[in-house]
Amino acid sequence: MTLSQLEIGQVGIVKEFTDLEMSVKLMEMGCLPGEEIRISRIAPLGDPIAIHVSGYQLSLRKFEASTIILQ
Amino acid sequence: MKADIRVALVGNPNTGKSTLFNILTGLNQKIGNFPGVTVDKKTGICQLPDGRTAEIIDLPGTYSIYPKSKDESIVFSVLADKSKEMIPDLIVVILDASNLKRNLLLYTQIADLKIPVVVALNMIDVSEKAGITIDVGLFAEKLGVPVVPISARKIKGIDQLKKTIAYANKVALQQNTIDVEVIAPEIIAQIKEELKIDNPYFALQLAHQHETLNFLSTTESDRIEHLEKEFSFHSQKAQATETIARYNFINDLLYDTVKKPETAHDETVSNKIDKILTHKIFGFVIFFAILMFIFQAIFSWSAYPMSLIEDLFIWLQNIISKVLPAGPLVSLLVDGVLAGLSGVMVFIPQIAILFALISILEDTGYMSRVTFMMDKVMRKVGLNGKSVVPLIGGFACAVPSIMSTRNIENWKDRMITIMVTPLVACSARLPVYTLLIALVVPNRNVWWIFNLQGLALTAMYLLSIVSAITVAFVMKFVLKARERGYFIMELPVYRMPRWKNVVFTMYDRSKAFVLQAGKVIIAVSIILWVLKSYAPGDTFKHIEQKYSQAQYTKTMTPDSLTKVIASEKLETSYAGIFGHVIEPVIKPLGFDWKIGIALISSFAAREVFVGTMATIYSVEGDADKLESVQQKMHSATNPDTGKPVFTLAVAFSLMMFYAFAMQCASTVAVVYRETKDWRWPAVQFAYMTVLAYTASFIVYHWLK
Repeated sequence: MTLSQLEIGQVGIVKEFTDLEMSVKLMEMGCLPGEEIRISRIAPLGDPIAIHVSGYQLSLRKFEASTIILQ
Repeated sequence: MKADIRVALVGNPNTGKSTLFNILTGLNQKIGNFPGVTVDKKTGICQLPDGRTAEIIDLPGTYSIYPKSKDESIVFSVLADKSKEMIPDLIVVILDASNLKRNLLLYTQIADLKIPVVVALNMIDVSEKAGITIDVGLFAEKLGVPVVPISARKIKGIDQLKKTIAYANKVALQQNTIDVEVIAPEIIAQIKEELKIDNPYFALQLAHQHETLNFLSTTESDRIEHLEKEFSFHSQKAQATETIARYNFINDLLYDTVKKPETAHDETVSNKIDKILTHKIFGFVIFFAILMFIFQAIFSWSAYPMSLIEDLFIWLQNIISKVLPAGPLVSLLVDGVLAGLSGVMVFIPQIAILFALISILEDTGYMSRVTFMMDKVMRKVGLNGKSVVPLIGGFACAVPSIMSTRNIENWKDRMITIMVTPLVACSARLPVYTLLIALVVPNRNVWWIFNLQGLALTAMYLLSIVSAITVAFVMKFVLKARERGYFIMELPVYRMPRWKNVVFTMYDRSKAFVLQAGKVIIAVSIILWVLKSYAPGDTFKHIEQKYSQAQYTKTMTPDSLTKVIASEKLETSYAGIFGHVIEPVIKPLGFDWKIGIALISSFAAREVFVGTMATIYSVEGDADKLESVQQKMHSATNPDTGKPVFTLAVAFSLMMFYAFAMQCASTVAVVYRETKDWRWPAVQFAYMTVLAYTASFIVYHWLK
């Protein structure tokens, strides 16, 4: 299951990434393996999404979220 | 002045770094809540409590020492470049106490460079309110550096911070955070040895960033490249390993020193606001309502101060022409300098209002929500959610907006944004539009609240957005992508705008407008005055002689005689000759040679239009009655037909030309500076001129 499949309010824990380049950027922003992510909201047009991670809010595109595999 | 020590401010975006910089230096600047507003390197002098001075360098906000944009690459090069004497004696790392985890990543990277560090724990009041308890003593002990809790917004803890800066150790005392050498042992050892570097993390950074660091010689850089291959060093893999190790360190540190409740109070409030502001329907309704409000505010709030400024200049011109004897110098002052100056000053109210509103939107954090909402649409047309801010900023001025595209990481998205930003109706077009709209559109309300003139202006603004998006869409297919685009962006917590900052932005932008645009406008006004006051040879003498003959003096009133002489002089002057030369080209657009003069001089800057009009038309009308530009243009008639020059068709054709043409020398210069290639501004200038001519042509023939 990937992060992009979660609905608003659902929580997941990061397991691994499918894309090395993206993973480096995501990890810097606090999306690390073992970290809990909650979907805060989805943009009015369905993309990007806003997630709650490491104590703050981060926005990323659906495609980027699909590179994050959850436990 | 040479300062005693050099201090660099480093921190994540939205941590209050710029606010702290302002407090420490007293030198104010533009600050926003949107990530990446602090673009250029800013420095200021801070008086330390021990009598010494510190030069404070405000480095761009970044989440990591690994740069993701042009802006962020400055951070490591400043901290690493030993050759340029830029290297700071001390680094103040600003951490957001309410969001320590992510903030600490950058700290651990900086700390490992082993430059002396002081930590400023900002927003301590916010984090306390949110129920977060930080054991500052233990925190400082574990890091091995002084930690000062502060609140930059409330100006608390600043004296303590200054003291700590003054008495900070000259040697780096911080604890190691992670074992750097484990990440890539061979290459670190080799670089340390060959480049005579003793810091392993510095060596590792050279391995990562050597391609973009200009202080490395080509041989050094090539050698590192070779080492990378030899030891099969994979930059991204190494970075991933490092980041995971750093967060492990951070988690351990926070486990011992910080206690926090499940969700922070601040964020729940922010969440509630977001539910409305980024709502499916309300989100867009509110966004467009805000845009409408900005345009209406620019128009209605500025009306009174604008007429006040105009009247003041007319009064001044009257006094001067009465008190001083008539002559070429007085004419230069009244018709050249003062006419041009009035054209500049009159737009201060509009510019101040626009920038005040934009800075409020940035400061509160709303701008990043606009980015969030618009990304999907923007991507469809070849732009990026982050292009929204330069485009909206384009309503104020293309120059700072093009500079702000530096935080768009993707090359193609950035280029397209740069290419289309000048199409957005900037504040310099506003004078042109207001003048022409007021001239031909009746000042009447329709549907109770909508002013016809306001609607016409809104239409011009909408046109600018539509054209920018259309051109972007075309360029999406023309330009080839260099790398993948991504959109990983912090949504900062909503905050109240800092009113002091809003007022300062108003003042600062207006001042910049008066000084920068003003210089050009006054220079152009003077040149124009010379061009229209002098003619080749003794043409003017001949005209005067011609009209002193009895057949004229007896049949005409002295009033109409002066008028005829003046307009014949203008036509034969250098300006007139120039205007006539280009008239055949612009005739199909409905412009005569007088408008031609204004068009040409506007290529320096659009605002020049109004001043030029004032200068050119000051020859008409009653000699002893000074009028505002609008009155002058209103009474301008075509000598051949006797009909008014500024008909609906001409006025709108002219507005189209100003909407599309690249009439701004500063923008051309800044596009070159940002792209480092003359072809970009050249292509931009060409396509915009073609668009302008075509649009004017169509509109003129349609409305005629």
